[in-house]
Amino acid sequence: MFDWLQNISDWLIYNIIGLSEQSQLGSALNFFIYDTIKILILLFIITFIMGIVNSYFPIERIRNFLSRNKLYGLEYLFASIFGAVTPFCSCSSVPLFIGFVKGGIPLGVTFAFLVTSPLINEVAVAVFIGTFGIKVTVIYVISGILLGVTSGIILGKLKLEYLLTDWVKKVWQDAEKENEKFRAEKLPFIKRVPYIINDAWGIIKSVALYVVIGIAIGAGMHGYIPEGFFEQYIGRDTWYTVPLAVILGVPMYANAAGIIPVIQVFVAKGIPIGTSLSFMMAVVGLSIPEAILLKKVMTGKLIAIFFSVVTVCIIISGYMFNLFF
Amino acid sequence: MKVKILGTGCAKCKRLEEKVKAVVILNSVDAEVEKVTELEEIMKFNIMRTPGLVINDKVVSSGVIPKDEDILKWLKEA
Repeated sequence: MFDWLQNISDWLIYNIIGLSEQSQLGSALNFFIYDTIKILILLFIITFIMGIVNSYFPIERIRNFLSRNKLYGLEYLFASIFGAVTPFCSCSSVPLFIGFVKGGIPLGVTFAFLVTSPLINEVAVAVFIGTFGIKVTVIYVISGILLGVTSGIILGKLKLEYLLTDWVKKVWQDAEKENEKFRAEKLPFIKRVPYIINDAWGIIKSVALYVVIGIAIGAGMHGYIPEGFFEQYIGRDTWYTVPLAVILGVPMYANAAGIIPVIQVFVAKGIPIGTSLSFMMAVVGLSIPEAILLKKVMTGKLIAIFFSVVTVCIIISGYMFNLFF
Repeated sequence: MKVKILGTGCAKCKRLEEKVKAVVILNSVDAEVEKVTELEEIMKFNIMRTPGLVINDKVVSSGVIPKDEDILKWLKEA
């Protein structure tokens, strides 16, 4: 699909600039040009498609759907899928949380949404397709959704409502099932397009820099780290690498756009894919800044339980990836 | 007229604030722009995504940075 682009970057680097195909600088630069353009194109396409979905299923509608319908356990799956299709912004996670609590949605279901939201979003998916290809992306998306569902169910079973901060507890007690009706805008598709493009453009502008930095680091590593470099340190058979990678990743924060190209190089140079993906999930999904934001709505104990459950689930999914691939 | 920008301080919220202030000044709209950063206060407006834009206590947008022309339209309608 992107052969033409590879040809252009080959031509640009090897013919116009005149670097040798065998040189480290040449291959790193080629990788950088090719990946940047490819990922920016994908970013636009995916953001636009997700924008269409979002314009028909805005978050208010999702909340009302989850709070009004009896879903017989499927609400966790729905919440997790909705978390995946909703654009993620870390500063919105708290208002979202309160909004869900207000709508009378069970805490576990809200957590399912909250876990999946940063892991899977239009930016992560686009960068994933660009660096790892469709197959790994599909596996990642499915496991991200399952991760949200599993963590949500476990956290729901633990009945942790008493650990919310006081004002949120009050909101929770006053929660009403019947929210004001969601006034669906009756705009025809063609009139929505300018808004969708406007939003997509805004998202791309805000992540483009991270994408380019991520790819630049990736490209640098790609050209300079020898094949199989990591294998001598982190083998497939060492049992503790997955938990170690995850625990290292939890306090760190990077957005998905920046970290995926770096992770791709880890995989290319010999770190098992499960270890790499679980590290990435830990970095993107949980972080100290996130914990600080959540402090406004949850007690420290609840945050600790939330983080522990999700961490364990990520570790398990890391082992499963390594087992199957 | 009272205009409120709801946001806990993310980049998007700041951009919206600048945008609204610019629209107000450029079109000499008689409006008082106030930034609301206190979470409990923000949540009273029932929004689930920040930034939120409130004109005379009515939420006109949330989670997006609207276009200048839309902001102006809302200001004129209020």
